[in-house]
Amino acid sequence: MAYTIGVDGLRKRYGDVQAVDGVSFEVDEGEFFGILGPNGAGKTTTLEIIEGLREADEGEVSVLGLPPWPRNARLLPRIGVQLQASSFFERLTAREQLQTFGSLYGVPAKKADAMLETVGLDDKADVPVEKLSGGQAQRLSIACALVHDPELVFLDEPTAALDPQARRNLWDVLREINTEGRTIVLTTHYMDEAEILCDRVAIMDRGRILRLGPPATLVRGLDAPARISVATGTLPVEDARGLPGADEVSDDGVSLIISTRDPSAVVAAMAAKDALTGVQIHGATLEDVFLELTGREYRA
Amino acid sequence: MSTFDSFKSLSRAMFLGFRRDKGALFFTVLFPLMFLVIFGGIFGKQTTSKVNVIAVGPVPVLEQALAHDSGGGLGKTLKLTRKTDRSAALKKVEKGDADAAVEQRGNQLTVHYSAADQVKAGTARGLLDSIVQSANQAASGKAPTYNMASQAVEDDSLKAIQFFTPSLLGWALASAGVFGASQTLVTWRTKGILRRLRLSPAPISTVFGARVAVSIGVALVQLALFLAVAQLPFFGLKLQNAWWMAVPMVVSGVLAFLSIGMVIGAWAKTQETAQAVTQLVVLPMAFLGGSFFPLDAAPGWLKAISYIFPLRYLNEGMLNVMGRGLGPTSALPQIGVLLGVAVVGAVVATRLFRWDDA
Ligand SMILES: Nc1ncnc2c1ncn2[C@@H]1O[C@H](COP(=O)(O)OP(=O)(O)O)[C@@H](O)[C@H]1O
Ligand SMILES: [Mg+2]
Repeated sequence: MAYTIGVDGLRKRYGDVQAVDGVSFEVDEGEFFGILGPNGAGKTTTLEIIEGLREADEGEVSVLGLPPWPRNARLLPRIGVQLQASSFFERLTAREQLQTFGSLYGVPAKKADAMLETVGLDDKADVPVEKLSGGQAQRLSIACALVHDPELVFLDEPTAALDPQARRNLWDVLREINTEGRTIVLTTHYMDEAEILCDRVAIMDRGRILRLGPPATLVRGLDAPARISVATGTLPVEDARGLPGADEVSDDGVSLIISTRDPSAVVAAMAAKDALTGVQIHGATLEDVFLELTGREYRA
Repeated sequence: MSTFDSFKSLSRAMFLGFRRDKGALFFTVLFPLMFLVIFGGIFGKQTTSKVNVIAVGPVPVLEQALAHDSGGGLGKTLKLTRKTDRSAALKKVEKGDADAAVEQRGNQLTVHYSAADQVKAGTARGLLDSIVQSANQAASGKAPTYNMASQAVEDDSLKAIQFFTPSLLGWALASAGVFGASQTLVTWRTKGILRRLRLSPAPISTVFGARVAVSIGVALVQLALFLAVAQLPFFGLKLQNAWWMAVPMVVSGVLAFLSIGMVIGAWAKTQETAQAVTQLVVLPMAFLGGSFFPLDAAPGWLKAISYIFPLRYLNEGMLNVMGRGLGPTSALPQIGVLLGVAVVGAVVATRLFRWDDA
């Protein structure tokens, strides 16, 4: 059975920079696939090679069973692309923008309003694109990528530079698109976004994929401690060190943090001492995975 | 839905984008019209002057000539004012307000003129002399032995407006075409619209075809506005028989200038560069291509230079059919040159074309 996307041994160099350095992966039909990595990791380059905007120096790419390079007019109607930098025709309203992009695919003009509703922009239909906020422009850009009902959608950092509320709204939109049965490939430098949205994540750094799998599996495969924190003063530091299962204890004057590989034993002991005021328990995250893989703190 | 529907919808999008761009609207439509109004207004009056003659007291020879002037030919060239005060009339001639003053005593006609303006004086004397000759000939009662029929090589109404309408329009089309194409191409590339278009299945020729169609539409609107304004009685443009040839001229001119603009837009990296180069191309072309002054009287070397500018051919062709009243085929060589420029430009632009910045 052929994959929706098959990438094998992809490499791309810009002058001295090896932007993509031997990337291979497959994406299944209907999957929500994420490429996660800091800026400059090579996410956009990888994505643009798959979309057919750039030619790889080496490696094989097949998209819906077709080669994307050179420009493949049979493939293009089946994919939808949101580029990292939104690009709109000047001085057109949101609706006109969608109508125009739609017309390139032979989509009737009336589809525009339905798309605006999908991304929650119905009240902005007559607003010129220059007057849209960052989040609204991103949503319009996604609507433009979806207007022709593609099977496969590429989104390059769709939530970058959005405030938390706008990001959450957009996540809802993306989930809905995925539930409709479309395959989504998304790049992001937000760990939480990848964990929340993606079925599988490829963690990318310096042109290579370091680890690939469902976020939960990646985190579980990690021998990382959980962190339990309570407000400073809830429990004396000495007492905390004596708790069964506590590995490390620190107090920064605001919170007391206990690292442990046996969180349930620690919490039970704390409960016995009635010291659970304001307790928070953090499991390992993709950030811990990144730290373990690269030896560096994750900084987007 | 077909390619044609994409074409229509893209054209519409681009037209809306243009219509909402106040700056572009001003510079392509209003600004050239302002030039037409100013140039037409200033220079329009000069060439219409008649020979201005003051009759001091009764001058029967002139009165008779005017009375028998059936075709109105004399009335077109002679403006006669009647005065009784001889010294006031001579004063006017001296000051240049009138070209000549005439008195008749018996059969003797005396013409007073100012030596300060020999040309006008000569014209006045020649005109009056011919009137006297006709009167003599009529008095002899014999049929004239020699007759002269005169025919102007140009339409006798080749006034300033006949020149400025086609040539300022040429300049307007050139700047709109070169500017529009170069800006569109650079903007689309730097803003990533080209990459976005590349990801759609629509052929890129459809996209550029739509841009060309919008430019041609705008140019035809410019033509219509120019003709409408220039034909107002105040300016008095007289359209010649083959004026409709201006339409194919305008279309081929637009193609040539878009093509030049595409070359600039494909080559330039930034909008600023494109803008500067566009100015460097359009302004000298407008001056030396004969948009702001007629090149008929220009020195030979300047005329020779003018032929390297495509605008020269557009101006000349439109002047021939709109201003000079030559036949429709008189514009064909110019159309040929403009289409040639369009093809060469398109080939070069295609070579230089890039989808994105890097
Ligand atoms: N067009 C380009 N020319 C030269 N270098 C580039 C170009 N695009 C990207 N790069 C470089 O390639 C590397 C990967 O970039 P990119 O794929 O954009 O990463 P990401 O999307 O993960 O931030 C970076 O070091 C970047 O500077
Ligand atoms: Mg990127």
